[in-house]
This record gives sequence, C-alpha cells and structure tokens, in this order.
Amino acid sequence: MNFLLEPLNLVTFFPLLGVLVLLFIKSEAKNTIRWVALGTALVNFGISLWALSMFNSSNPDLQLASQYSWIQVAGWNIQYYLAVDGLSILLVLLTTFLTPIAILSTWTAIEDRVKDFMVFFLMLEVGMLGVFLAQDLFLFYIFWEFTLIPMYFLIGIWGGPNRLYAAVKFFLYTMAGSILMLLAILWLGVNQGTFSVPELVLKGGIPADVQLWLFIAFAAAFAIKVPMWPLHSWLPDAHVEAPTAGSVILAGVLLKMGTYGFLRFNLQLFPEAAVKAAPTIAVLAVIGILYGAAVSYSQKDVKKLVAYSSVSHLGFVMLGMFALNAQGIEGAILQMINHGLSTGALFLMVGMIYEQTHTREIAVYGGLWKITPIYGSLMLIVALSSMGLPGLNGFVGEFTILLGAFGSKAFGTPIYAILSAIGVILAAIYILYMFQKMFLGPVGKIVEEVKHHGHELRDLNAREIITLLPLLVFIFWIGLYPAPFFNLIAPAVDKLLIPFRAILGG
Amino acid sequence: MIPVNYYLTLSVVLFSMGALGVLIRRNSLVVFMSIELMLNAGNLAFVTFAKMHAANLAAVHNGQIFVFFVMTVAAAEVAVGLALIVLIFRKKQSIDLDQLTHLKG
Amino acid sequence: MENTQLFFNFVPWIVFFPVLGLLLNLTIGKKLSENGIGAIAVLASASAFVVAVLQAYSLSIHPEGASILVAEWIHVGDLAIDWTFRVDTLSVTMMLVVSGVGTLIHIYAIGYMHEDVRFHNDEGRFKRFFVFLNLFIAMMMVLVSGDSYMMLFVGWEGVGLCSFLLIGFWYDFDTLGRPSFANSNAAKKAFITNRIGDFGFLLAAFMMFWQFKSTNFDNVFAVVANAEPWVILWITIFILVGVAGKSAQIPLYIWLPDAMAGPTPVSALIHAATMVTAGVYLVTRSAPIFMLSHDAQYIVATVGALTAIFAATIAVGQYDIKKVLAYSTISQLGFMVAAVGMGAFAAGMFHLITHAFFKALLFLSAGSVILGMERGHHHLAHHGHHGGKHDEEVFDPGDMRNMGGLRKQMPVTFWLYMVGTVALAGLFPFAGFWSKDEILADAFLEFPHVYWILTGAAFLTAFYMGRQVWMVFFGKPRHEVAAHAEESPLIMTAPLMVLAALSVFGGALNLPGVHTLTVWLEHTIDIHPGEFNMQVALISTALALFAIFLSWLLYMRKPLTTGQPDPLKRILGFAFTGMENKWFVDEAYKFVFIDRYTDLAKFFAQTVDWDFWHEWFHNSVIAAGFVGLTKFLANPIDLGIVDNISKILARSIQYSSENFRKVQNGFVRSYALSVMLGVVAIIGYLLIK
Repeated sequence: MNFLLEPLNLVTFFPLLGVLVLLFIKSEAKNTIRWVALGTALVNFGISLWALSMFNSSNPDLQLASQYSWIQVAGWNIQYYLAVDGLSILLVLLTTFLTPIAILSTWTAIEDRVKDFMVFFLMLEVGMLGVFLAQDLFLFYIFWEFTLIPMYFLIGIWGGPNRLYAAVKFFLYTMAGSILMLLAILWLGVNQGTFSVPELVLKGGIPADVQLWLFIAFAAAFAIKVPMWPLHSWLPDAHVEAPTAGSVILAGVLLKMGTYGFLRFNLQLFPEAAVKAAPTIAVLAVIGILYGAAVSYSQKDVKKLVAYSSVSHLGFVMLGMFALNAQGIEGAILQMINHGLSTGALFLMVGMIYEQTHTREIAVYGGLWKITPIYGSLMLIVALSSMGLPGLNGFVGEFTILLGAFGSKAFGTPIYAILSAIGVILAAIYILYMFQKMFLGPVGKIVEEVKHHGHELRDLNAREIITLLPLLVFIFWIGLYPAPFFNLIAPAVDKLLIPFRAILGG
Repeated sequence: MIPVNYYLTLSVVLFSMGALGVLIRRNSLVVFMSIELMLNAGNLAFVTFAKMHAANLAAVHNGQIFVFFVMTVAAAEVAVGLALIVLIFRKKQSIDLDQLTHLKG
Repeated sequence: MENTQLFFNFVPWIVFFPVLGLLLNLTIGKKLSENGIGAIAVLASASAFVVAVLQAYSLSIHPEGASILVAEWIHVGDLAIDWTFRVDTLSVTMMLVVSGVGTLIHIYAIGYMHEDVRFHNDEGRFKRFFVFLNLFIAMMMVLVSGDSYMMLFVGWEGVGLCSFLLIGFWYDFDTLGRPSFANSNAAKKAFITNRIGDFGFLLAAFMMFWQFKSTNFDNVFAVVANAEPWVILWITIFILVGVAGKSAQIPLYIWLPDAMAGPTPVSALIHAATMVTAGVYLVTRSAPIFMLSHDAQYIVATVGALTAIFAATIAVGQYDIKKVLAYSTISQLGFMVAAVGMGAFAAGMFHLITHAFFKALLFLSAGSVILGMERGHHHLAHHGHHGGKHDEEVFDPGDMRNMGGLRKQMPVTFWLYMVGTVALAGLFPFAGFWSKDEILADAFLEFPHVYWILTGAAFLTAFYMGRQVWMVFFGKPRHEVAAHAEESPLIMTAPLMVLAALSVFGGALNLPGVHTLTVWLEHTIDIHPGEFNMQVALISTALALFAIFLSWLLYMRKPLTTGQPDPLKRILGFAFTGMENKWFVDEAYKFVFIDRYTDLAKFFAQTVDWDFWHEWFHNSVIAAGFVGLTKFLANPIDLGIVDNISKILARSIQYSSENFRKVQNGFVRSYALSVMLGVVAIIGYLLIK
C-alpha cells in the first residue's frame, strides 16, 4: 500500500483506478462513463499538483523518487525507478492538465464505443506519465512503447476515413525508431552495469566514438517522435485522421516525449556526442522550421496546416535545446509547454467547428468571426499565441530559444538563429492566412450548407468555452509572467549544463 | 573315433538340403520341414563342437544347452507355424506359398 | 534610477487605465449604449493622458526621471528582462502625444463610428472598435514607456496587432463596402510587413544581449561606446529594418497606403499620428548607439530622405483623399527618420509632434469629408430615387474625382482642412514650418544630399496638398453626391478644432532661440539646439508658395470636370502613370516575393512533401520496398529455396521407395533367398577379411 501512496506512483497509476471503475459500468451509460473518466483525470491533475507542492524547485536533482529493485537477472540490474526533476515536472503537469481538457472535448464528439475510448485514453495517460517519470532506461522503454498501443487504437477506431493507414504508419514509424533505442539501452545496461539514468550520468566515461553511436540510436527514436525534418511524414496522417482529443494529446504531449527524450537521455548521457551533433541538429531544426512553415502555408486542410505548423514549432524546440546554453534549453522546455497549450487549443478549436460542419477545408469557410464572435476572438488569441506575439506564451519561448541560439557556443555562429527568425515571419504568414480565410472576409459557403442540412452554425457553448478557458489562462500567464515556470526548470537546467560548460568553456 | 569333419560335413549337407527346400518348394508344410532340417543341422554342429572341446567343461555345456534351446524354439515354432498354416488353409483352401502375396508393396 | 518621488509611481497606470477601459467594455459593454461605450473608452484614454501630465509635472521638478519596476518578465541565465516603466523626458513626450491625440480621436470616433457602423449595417461592431482602440493606447504606452528594448518590442508588436485588427475592422468588405477579402488582405499585409521589420528588431536585440549582456536601455548605452564598429553598424542596420517596417520606410512602406482600409479615426491615430512614428521614437531612444556610427547615420538619413521624396511623388498621382494623405504620411515619416538619422533628434521629435497634430487633423477632416459624401449618397439613395430596389451603383466616397466644391457644403471641415494643409505645406507661422525647417537646416549642415532631396520632397508636399484642396473643396461638384454632402456633427468637429489650434500654435514648442523641446529632451539624450537658418527657411517657403501656385494653375484656374483626366497626365506622360500606379512597387513585390513564396510553398507542400516524400518515398520506397522485400522473401526465398529443400527430400524418398517397392513381391521364398544371400555375403565377408 505504501508503494501506491508515493506521489509519483499515485499520479502515474491513478488513471488505472478509473479504468477499473469504467469496466464495471455498462457501455450504454455513456454520460456516466464520461463523468467517471473526466473525474479520474481531474483528480489526477489534483494529485500532480499535490506532487508539485512537494517538489522543491531550488533542488536541481531528482526528487520524490520511488525506487525498487525489479529484475535482477544475469548481472542485469533493472529497477522500478520513478522520479521527477525540473526537466520533467512541467511536462508531467502538462499531461495531467491536457488530459481532462481532451476528455471534455470528446463530450459530444465521441458517441461510438465511449467506454473503450475512455479506457484507452486513461491508459494513454498512464503511459505518458510513465515516460516522463521513469528514471530507469528499461522502465522508460516499456512506458515508451506502451503509449503506442492506446494511441494506435484511438486513431484506428475513432479516426477519420483513412484511419487504419494512419494508425499503422504511426505505429510502425515509432516502432522502427525505438528498436535502435532498445539496442542502445541494452548496450548501456550491459556494459555499464545499470539501467538507472542518474547512475549512468554519474558513471559517465563512455568513449566518445561509442557515445556518438549511442547518441544516434537514441536520436533515431526521438527524432521520429518529435518529429524532426525529414522524419515527419507520419505526422500529418496521424493528426488529420486522429479524433480531436487524440490530436490534442498527440501534439500536446506525445511529440514532447521525443524532445524530452533528447533532453533527458541524449544530452545527459552523451554530452560529448551532443556537442558534436549540435550543428547537424541545428541544420535539421532550421530546415524543419522554414520547411514546416512554408508547407503549412500551402495547406487546404486546416488540420493539416496545424499539423505541419508543429513541425515548425518543434524545430524551434530542437534548435533551442541544442544551443546548449541556459536560454536555449530553458526556452526549449518552456516552448514544449507552450506548443502543447497553443497547438492543443488550435486542434480543439478546429475540432469544435468540424463537429458542426464536417469539413476541414479552409476555402469553404470565411467570415466566421461575424457569425461566431466568441469562437473568432478565442481563435485569434490562440493563433497569435502560436505565431509568437509578445505578451502571449509563444513569444517567451521563441524569444529565449532564438536568443540562446544566436549566441550559442555549440553552434558557433548566429546564422541558425537568423534563419530561424525568418521562421517567425513565415509563421505570421501561415497563421494569418488561416485566420483570414476562415474568420475574416465575406461569409463562406459552409454557412449556407450547414443551414441546408437544417442546422444553424452556432457559437461556442458553455462546455466548449470551459474547455478552452484553462488553456487561455496559461497562454496569458506564461506570456506575461513566466517567472514561476522558469523558476521550476532553471536549477535542473543549470545542473544539466555543467558538462557542456566544461566542454564549450564559459 | 570318427573324425569331426564327418559330423560337420553331414551337418552342412543337411543344412543345404534344408535351405534348398525352403527356396525351391512351394508347399508350406515342406518348407516347414526344411526349416526343421536346417535347425537340426545346426544342432548337429553344436553337439559336434561340444564333443570336440571336451576338455573345456563350460564349452561342452554351452554347446549342449544351446541345442536344447534350439529344440525348444523349434517346438514353439512348429506350434505357431502349424497353427498359421491351418488358418491359412482354411482361408485360402491352399497352402501354396506363391499364392500368399498379400505383403506385396 | 529608482526614483519614487511625486507621481512617478503612477506611471504603470498609463497602461492599466486603457486596459481597464477595454476590459470594462468587453464585459459590460453589451448592456451599454453607444455613448456609454464611447465614454468609457474616452475616459480610459483621458485618464492615461492625465497620468502622462502628472509624469510631465514630476519631471519638471525631477528631470532625471525614474524607472518603476512592476514585475519580472523573462529571467533566464544571465538574461533579465523586466516589466519596468521608464519615465524620462523622451518617453513622457511620447506619452503626452499619444494619449493627448489619442483622446481627441477617441472623442471624434464616437461620432464617426456611430455613422460608420450604420453605413455598414453592423451596429454590433461599435463596441469592438473601442475595445481595439483602447488596446492600441495601452500597447502604445507599453512601447513608449518600456525601459528595455524587449519591453518596447512588446508594445511594438502589440500596436502591430492593433493595426491589424483595426485595418481589418471591416474585414468582410472592401473599402467600398462590397463583400470581399480586400480589407482583411490589407490588414494581413500590414502585419506581415511589420513582422519583417520585427525580424530586424529581434536580431538587433539578440546582438545587443550577446554583446552587452542586457537589453536594458541604460545598461546598453553605458557600454555601447566600447563595442567594435561592426557590432554597432549591424545593430543599427537591424534597428533600421525594424524602423522601416513600423515607420513605413523604403522598402517596407507598402503596407501603409493599404492600411487606409481601416476606419478613418484609425488612419489618423495609428497610421499617421502615433504608431508609425514609433520607429522615429526608437531611433531617438537609441541615439547613443546611432551617434557612434557615422555610416549608420548616413544610411538612415538617406533612407529617410529617399522615402520622403519617393512617397511624395506617388502622393501627387493619387485620387483617393486618404491615399494622398497616406503617402504624405510616408513622406513626412521620411523627414523624421532622416532627421533622427542625421542626429537631429530634437528636430525629428519636434516634427513628430507637429505632424501628429496636423496629420491627425487632416485625416480626421478627410474622414469628415468622406462621411459627408456618404451622407450625401445616403440622402440620394433615400430621397432621390424612390424606385425601391435600384441597382446598387458602386460609389467611392473617398475618390477626389467625385468631389469638388465641398467648401460650401462642409464649411467647418473646409476651414479645418485648410489649417492642416497649410501646416503640412510648411507655411509660416504654422507648426509644420518650424519643425520642417529645423530638419532642413540640420540637413543643410550635416548631409547636403539629404537636404536637397528633402527640399524637393517639401516642394512636392505643398504641390499635392494644393492639388488636393483645389480638387476637394473648390470648383464645382463633379458628382451628384458631392452636391448633397452634409457637414459633420459637433462631436466630430470639436476635437478637430483642438487639433487645428495645436497645428497653428504647435510651432511654439521649439521656437528658434528658445528651444523649449530641445532643452526638455536634453535631459534624456545628448543633443544641441539647432541654429535657425534664414536662407533655408526662405528657400523652402518660396518653393512651397511656388508649388501651391503651380497646383492652382493646374487644378484651380480651370477646375476639373467630371471624367476629365488629370491635367498632369498631359504634362508628365509616362511619369504620371508611374505615380498613379505607385511606381508598380506592389506589383513588383507581388511578382518577386509573394508569388515566388507562394509557389515555393506550394512546391514544397505538394511536390516535395506530399508527392515526393509522403507518397513516393513513403509509399513507393519504404512501404513498397518493404512489401517487395517480404514478397522476395516469401516467393523466391521461402517458396523457392526453403520449401524446395523439403520437397526435394520428400520426392527423392518417394522415388526411391517406388523403386524399392518392386522388391516387396510378396513371395516368401524370394525373401528367404535374399536373407540367404545376405547371410552368404556376410559370411563371405567374414571369411575374406
């Protein structure tokens, strides 16, 4: 019993209790199922806040650890080891924060097999939290692969017309990358005698050439997940076909598993290799930023536009992370959160209009601000946050990232930052294009079409506003007063930077 | 004292006659008798060698005991074989070996 | 510089008041009447003005100013950016101008928008206008009162957003009220062009941080003198890119004329008096950096001067009353940028202030003219043809070719417009004369080429303003509507009278010899009062008079008639076609940048990403490759080799057993024979061995 009462175990496995309860409810009682799932997710958010209250933000080390020896075979030392530090605390909170919001967004959107949906969704939450909390490579790998299964079913069962293709593609791409990671994990576990990440970091001493190979193996798994250009081909499919809540979690949390993986493993375990790889990663990130922005601009499907914008945004995160200075990395971590909030909100809002019109084609919309003023205004705020308007969250992250990249010693040149800053212009272009074509201009023909089917295009209802409101609060909060967030991550990042300071000087 | 070779020659002749009978005759009763002939040729050789190694008591005993074994086996064989032949005759109204080709692969 | 004496502590309210106003209107605005909404907005803006006045009063006692920390913003590593308000003579000057002119325009807008929303049949948008307008004031205040480049940047982008929202205020129409994407296109263009400028600004900030470890004004200026020349040059160039975006300089000025799609109070407040001057403010603020590099000053001054004359030539060829003013604004901004570029910061700021007065006056009067025309149009539509559904003729109330003789219909507006025109043309003793002359006098000493270009621009200014006045107010009405135009109500004309008074007496701010403004600004930036140059003043006055005379010759002696082409077309020929069409810059940009980027994006999206990467590479190479591999493994390898091995084994056993079968003939005797032969063979072997 003590095991379950440790805060991190509780926050990770609490959703399973919800799953258990759901199993005893009749499938026909859809509303009960929804309430139970929402309640579980909300309580879990509460638990994560409780964990936050016990978290000491000035301590750079892993905290609230729950450590048990687990598999001890043939010299392998595998532990059950959950712990949290400044690198992951915000991502844990983001996960527990976005899950209830995503569940709330399915209230009327998912009518088919509600129980199965909620079960998968809560299981997905378990997997994601495990990924962010696991400090043992083996355990991490298990959680990492575990997230695939519920997501596969979420896309494959409740997705759009092309869902099976998308689900299989999503599954295979991620799987392909993680095979290499598994090899690297086994190499580390066998040769270093432990799978525990902090012990591995402490031990160090992996020769530089081996580091590079291990770095590449880990990077393969994470780069597909992020996704970094040019491994993004699964993303538009998965996003377009996934149900709204799936897209929210996919963009909001699952992609962050990739960037978080880089941060936790590639940077911590292989500092020399990271320094060596930094310019290459920067080139890919810059290409991703510009390419993603250009491709977004040319999309006719709004969900695809948002999906490609993720490629651009995550490019910023990667750029900042591999700047290997405080501004870059802290900006990158904050930008992960920002992207979760802004893009999550964008997907939610796209889903809200899709539910009414059943089309995502930008060209049929137009003048929506006039018909649905609340929806238009909220969309404007979210769009501005996504394009990085100062005073909203996106800017704080993007600015610190670019600032870090501009003076990065790992890159040695400001050119990456300058090119990426062009991405800020391109972001304005595609976001404004989307906003203009859908919300400004004359009223689009979809309004007539909806009327034709006997409906009236309505503005957001109370539930939808409540779904979005928490996101908006954070969009403003991080934009205007990000200090509490930076305070959480700064000590851990400082500690992370120690080896890089040694290598790069300063 | 009759030389050993004589006994052995008789044994060989008896054995050859038996073998030829088995190979040539079609009547299963005759074949049966020929088999008995071969067995008894063997018995004769056993007894002869037992006599020849009179100095070695174990060899004498061995040779003579084998003869008893062979006679016992022969008796058992006759009992089973004759029963088979009777059954075959009842079924086929013949004891001609060349008509019994059921085992042909 | 922590100075909390007097009213300095109140300075954050200069932002909070407008924010409070917009929040009030957002929440309870639905229940209020139009006047109620307007009153809240005006009150919010006026309160900001009062705060600004209090700051000015405090400064007059403590001219060293103060910095008021409100909260920390971005603290990462050694980067520290705070929400700190800066009170010094420069920022307070801007606060006074922004909130003062802003409040007047708020008042005017109550009357203007009351009619405007009715002409557009959407009364619900009245509230939205004032929410945006208050947001603009708040953002502008953040811009001018920020203590660091980054806080300034928040306002910088914030006013860009407000500009976007207000240009696209009638986002579902074009300027003539037809359903279209035109207005929203103009809004988008403004935002994106500004973002290009912001790109430069950001790079300047990055460079400052990594060179000076701060973006705070005082910290940067304290160490900037030690920086290497190339650093300073690049920082100034990046700042100039930002300035070119926000203050509509070559090559990024193209958004400002389109910005006239916004309601006229917006054009006056944002796109003439305040926001577009932010670039001038920025250069003035960065004076310690610009002073260090003569090259930078040369570049900025030249860009400003070229913009001034280039935009002036275009203004000559425009027919839309607001477009003329828009290009005039670009031209005047060129004057200011040239001034601050040369190091004549006081002259630049002086011109910024007087320009805010008379250009706001001109725009608002033009708005009054347009509404007057709209009223005439409305009047005709209702009383003229009672045919029920008459086909909606597209009528452009802003086209000067439709006007003429309006001084009789709109006498108040006419006189106000005249004051503005004379001030802009730079005739003694109106405000524009003093400020423009100070710039010219400085240029004459510092950069002669800039002086000559600016003098040319001043000549053109007087000419196009003369042309406009003759076309709009004199002669005979060229359209039925113009004959029925009606004067605007007092709520609109009253603020104009205040502005007119300021346009007349504004020159008193910095009269030669007294230099009130220069002395005031000296507390903040290192400047010296300029000398009044009689020669320069005489030349420019003579040229202005000559230009007005020329325009009289062309447009007044024989007033235009309906449908008559512009008389200049005959004289200038092709050159005039260029002016009319803005030298085809928009078309060139569209061809060179916009179309190319769109094509490129399409190419990447469709060809590279979808057809090649997603479809071909994924489906044909990875997926099909994998399927091919599995097929290869399944057919030739598995069926062909693995399967065949067992098959061959089976076949050979079958074959051999078929042969051996013949041995099993069933004849007992042949079996016996073989046993026999076997025995013989074994015995034979044993014997031979």
